[in-house]
Amino acid sequence: MTQSNRRKFIQRAASLAAVGTLPLTYVRLGRSEQSAEFSFAFLSDSHIQHIRGNEFVRNWDRGLVRAVAETNLLDPRPDFVIYGGDLAQLGTRPELDHGAELLSALKCDIYPILGEHDYYLDLGEYWSDLFKRPHYYSFDHKGVHFVLLNSILTYDEWTFGRWPTAEQRMNEMAGLDNPNGSPFMVGDAQREWLKKDLAGVDKSTPIVVISHSPLQKIYKGWNFWTDDAEQMQAILAPFDKVTVLYGHVHQIQYNQIGNISFTSAMATAWPWPYPGSYAHAEHYLPVLTVPMNRADPFFERDATGWQFVDVHTGRAAVHYNLYDNAVRTVAWNESTGQPEDTVFQAPAARIPPQQHY
Amino acid sequence: MLKKLILTALAPALFLLGASQLGGDEFDQADLDRWQEQFMQVVQEGRDLWTDGTLGSNGVSCAQCHPNAANTHPETYPKFQKQLGRVVDLWEMFNWCLRNPLEGEELAADDDKMIALLAYAHYERRGVELEPGKH
Repeated sequence: MTQSNRRKFIQRAASLAAVGTLPLTYVRLGRSEQSAEFSFAFLSDSHIQHIRGNEFVRNWDRGLVRAVAETNLLDPRPDFVIYGGDLAQLGTRPELDHGAELLSALKCDIYPILGEHDYYLDLGEYWSDLFKRPHYYSFDHKGVHFVLLNSILTYDEWTFGRWPTAEQRMNEMAGLDNPNGSPFMVGDAQREWLKKDLAGVDKSTPIVVISHSPLQKIYKGWNFWTDDAEQMQAILAPFDKVTVLYGHVHQIQYNQIGNISFTSAMATAWPWPYPGSYAHAEHYLPVLTVPMNRADPFFERDATGWQFVDVHTGRAAVHYNLYDNAVRTVAWNESTGQPEDTVFQAPAARIPPQQHY
Repeated sequence: MLKKLILTALAPALFLLGASQLGGDEFDQADLDRWQEQFMQVVQEGRDLWTDGTLGSNGVSCAQCHPNAANTHPETYPKFQKQLGRVVDLWEMFNWCLRNPLEGEELAADDDKMIALLAYAHYERRGVELEPGKH
């Protein structure tokens, strides 16, 4: 974080409640019962990439190292960290081991999910051994029900019947714009599990869903897409307050569909273009989304970062901790009933670097 | 009168010139198809390089950050690049990426690989209005 960005971050944090003057202190918004108020950090998409021997791509390593260090400096400390997938680039043991080692510096519990880059080499087997987590699971925390999904599954024929080797399968899925890839989906078995998991949850309980892909259909060509998004939204529709936090897209996106708020994560590794900057993309970027500032390629941490999430009144407020780019906050707006950027939402408030053409 | 004489004298030469130009300019659909094929072959070479982790030294490929060459904006070059403090062309930006995120060697502007990378990036941006200098 640059000096000026740090100042802005602290100013914004301090403006939410007029206490907390220590550097990197974040003050949470109040909830009626103090015990129910909490925050967590959300890190995603580090793409740790093995070169050879003990060498890894320096740029991606530094992004994760920095996010972990800054997460550890937060005061008050987040209750836990959620990792949104794509810890590795090609799902190998050296990459997952090295990524897990960097994450092990976190001073709190970590709840990870799988991304396609972690999965398609050995179908998540080593990842599960390493983190001691199943591919999808749920837990309750201070009155909020968390659901963690594996949303990057695809058709069985593609996964099991098309590629001569596991390495080729991984490589084919790893190329974002590779036409040999296949659409992501949660799939029948996991949707059935989710229905059962939610059957015992009161409709007024806030639900936070963590997925790697968006659970929306934004742009199929780059898998900013989940094929069974409509079915997933229908399962979540009966609940009063649902927040879906997702990775994969390496950029700020947010949306509201019915009762479901969607907010994406920045990557710690590198930013991706908005689909609209590909001239031949038929895409559906949520109109609510104010794009982040265009990345400056000369500063390798620009437009990368991590998120600090407040859960207050059952709604998430996501603070995007960006490095050489304006720090952004997307928070629930009670009067409009949707997540909005707290500074740039009004068309007149937007600035030229947010124009991606 | 003089004008007429000159024209008369030049007529055979003009005819020959015209004929040779006509011959040089004449091409049919087969030629067009062949030239397009030559171009598309280089575009494909560019796409192969774009997704090739061995173009640099660290396994990173252009496509990792620029799927479909998006956010390269070939239609805006040459333009003033604030980080370099001068007007540059797109190949200089490609070399910046080769040196930094790919930790590799620069390519000459007329290197076959650079031509192929440029052909691919321009092809992905086909149909977009030229806006040199635009940010």
